[in-house]
Amino acid sequence: MRHRQAIALLALLGLFVALYLWLHALGYGGAIKCGASGGCETVQTSQWAVFLGLPVAFYGVAGYCTLLVVAIVALRPAALAQRQWSVLLAALATVGVAFTAYLTYLELFVIHAICRWCVGSALIITTIWVVAVLALIFFRSPEPRIGPAAWQRPPGPPV
Amino acid sequence: MNRFYMVLAVLAVVLGIAVLTLLRTGGTAPAAAAGPPPTVTDDGFRGYSLGQGKAPVEITEYLDFECPVCATFATVQMPTITQQLINTGKVRWRFRDYPLPIHKYSRFAAHAAQCAGAQGRYFEMQDQLFTHHQWAQTGKDPSDLFRTFAQAAGVDLKAYDACMEAGRYAQRIEFSRQEGDKLLVDGTPTFFANGKKLDFRHLPGSDDFKVLADSVVAHSPPHEHQRH
Repeated sequence: MRHRQAIALLALLGLFVALYLWLHALGYGGAIKCGASGGCETVQTSQWAVFLGLPVAFYGVAGYCTLLVVAIVALRPAALAQRQWSVLLAALATVGVAFTAYLTYLELFVIHAICRWCVGSALIITTIWVVAVLALIFFRSPEPRIGPAAWQRPPGPPV
Repeated sequence: MNRFYMVLAVLAVVLGIAVLTLLRTGGTAPAAAAGPPPTVTDDGFRGYSLGQGKAPVEITEYLDFECPVCATFATVQMPTITQQLINTGKVRWRFRDYPLPIHKYSRFAAHAAQCAGAQGRYFEMQDQLFTHHQWAQTGKDPSDLFRTFAQAAGVDLKAYDACMEAGRYAQRIEFSRQEGDKLLVDGTPTFFANGKKLDFRHLPGSDDFKVLADSVVAHSPPHEHQRH
């Protein structure tokens, strides 16, 4: 449960980072807040800032949103015992990490500029991936809870 | 579990406020470049100029980058003037800033041009600002757009940003504006020919300046044609 909560919190954080970059790409706000290096502007205005006709940040918003929703759904009491949610979270995080690795490669070796917001997002998705993989490896179905009412109930046929 | 959702909700609100704040504060025109400076000093600069120093006629144009008439003049008339009068050595053209108070971003645009000029790209930036003059009609903060213009003009953005943030040429622009006030500039563009104010009853064209240049040359003593 703790793993899924951590993923939900990290996904929420990542969602807002991506949202800021996406809104900026759509023209909201002024120049991006990025320190004096100007790397964000270089990255955001490069030809690689658009992927399949949409700003790259949009995929970040969609990805983090999906992770957040799946993590919250996986926190339902009924889903806690189901390993497939952990598998799904690890799979989504792996896709996110792979895409981020590709974008980081572009920043370092093609665009030759580093966007701090992108680095922040890369750290978040990598942490999510580590947590998701650990959750998958150490998955343990929670013990069914037995409340006082259960053992205090007088024996007899179920009502 | 309920406590977790509470934390999630609080975090969402905090992050939402943070993003809104970033969008509101990010990239607004730096006050140092967009507004008048508290003090004004003369740095000796008298405007960027086109043409030869020995040209018999020097036209000084007081312009406002947000002024649509200045943009029209720059894009429609100046190419011909450049070709027929400036490049032929008849006229030297000097640009002075006269940001009108009714225009919100004209001082900021003048500053962007000066920061580009510091890198030897004044005319390229001026060209960008006048050619893509739609920015002056939107009323939106043009900071981002000007950076794009600067990049297109071949300006190093890191130095440009530092220049704009510091408002490095705010005093120079204000000095130019005050100089215009002393010379009774009452609108833009206003032209002076060898220091004498020109009163056109219409937006002058290249022909007006050609007539003027020919007239000055015809009435000047021969030795004045050779001045440096």
